[in-house]
Amino acid sequence: MAYGAYGAVKALGAMRPKSFDVKEVSVETRKKPDRMAWVGHLSSIRDQKDRSAFAEVFTHFAPRVKAFLMKSGASPDMAEEVAQDVMATLWRKAHLFDPAKASVSTWIFTIARNRRIDMLRKQRRPEPEDLTWGPEAEPDQADILALQQDSAKLTDALATLPDKQRDLIVRAYYGELTHSEIAEATGLPLGTIKSRIRLALNRLRHQMK
Amino acid sequence: MTAPMTEIKHHLTDALLIAYSAGTLPEGFNLVVATHISLCDECRAQMHEYDAVGGAIMDEEAPVTMSDDSFAAVLDLIENGDIAAPARRISSGHFPTPLQEYVGGDLDAVQWRKVGGGVRQAILKVDKSASVRLLHIPAGVSVPDHGHRGTELTLVLQGAFSDKTDRFGKGDIEVATQDLNHQPIAEMGEDCICLAATDAPLRFNSLIPRILQPFLQI
Repeated sequence: MAYGAYGAVKALGAMRPKSFDVKEVSVETRKKPDRMAWVGHLSSIRDQKDRSAFAEVFTHFAPRVKAFLMKSGASPDMAEEVAQDVMATLWRKAHLFDPAKASVSTWIFTIARNRRIDMLRKQRRPEPEDLTWGPEAEPDQADILALQQDSAKLTDALATLPDKQRDLIVRAYYGELTHSEIAEATGLPLGTIKSRIRLALNRLRHQMK
Repeated sequence: MTAPMTEIKHHLTDALLIAYSAGTLPEGFNLVVATHISLCDECRAQMHEYDAVGGAIMDEEAPVTMSDDSFAAVLDLIENGDIAAPARRISSGHFPTPLQEYVGGDLDAVQWRKVGGGVRQAILKVDKSASVRLLHIPAGVSVPDHGHRGTELTLVLQGAFSDKTDRFGKGDIEVATQDLNHQPIAEMGEDCICLAATDAPLRFNSLIPRILQPFLQI
């Protein structure tokens, strides 16, 4: 049956037969979930410690995190180790995910990037301080939906870039470009996500006054 | 730290923001970028945008098979690993949080050293790929005329300075490349405090600073 495809789910079942009920995996989740579905998975992980939702997130994202890390210069063993660490971090920090600011793939990317710097470069990455107004305030559903849709548009926009441009921007993220090469690659048409995020920030700041 | 009273006019470049999102900048540059973003909503929004680009790239990767025991290993990490959820990081002091984390405290914890002309500096500990320092320039005083072999980022934390390109007030960042020779002068009024990072030694245009350079570690 379909659940068999989830090697991760099987491993989970073997480890913890009592805590996992395969009936909880609904029919809808058999196909690849869209962005809002991933947001739902993160809520289930945060609120219910939902292991089947976590298994699906793992099955989809861990192999992509590993692929990204290998393209960024990590050995397969190191990429495997960092990817495992990223997924464990996702479980621990699920309460920090803010769907009005990032898609699940974006959030996982930032965790992977930071863990890579920690583990491969043995450095900490200085992070901006948190905003004084959020994310405790429950984000507006419309804001969440808009951000998630824009995130999908961004993926489409990247996919439709001319090969040469796309190659340049991807290589910037793999760390293959010098500073001046990146400067040449900027000015790409990245869609509406910029203005959307800016609007959301302005609105939040206004609410806090 | 709350948003500065004055409008920020000089922002990070797209190239710096992309490299910060990608995680490929030297540690010292990361610190200046993170400190600026703590003060600047505009660049914070751009950072989210470029993080989203990274997410899109990662999500489009062709999956690489994880090892057989991978998921079990992750569950084990969750049960037994040491991944603490971080506390919220909000500064009520003079310096934004990322800078406080490198200083080991706020402005009053900085260990200043005199470097001549009334200017004081404090070198912060980062990896060797870039150097980063705090500069305290008394109002009206100028930093020696210099050029750059690499890139120099200068972020104003207090007061303001001017050079031949423009005026830089609190929260503004100057991105100086090899083309720029300049002599920043602190504005009259409040002393100027800056956070500056370079990925190559500066090139001083007069003899005395050049002789002093090894001692100043600039």
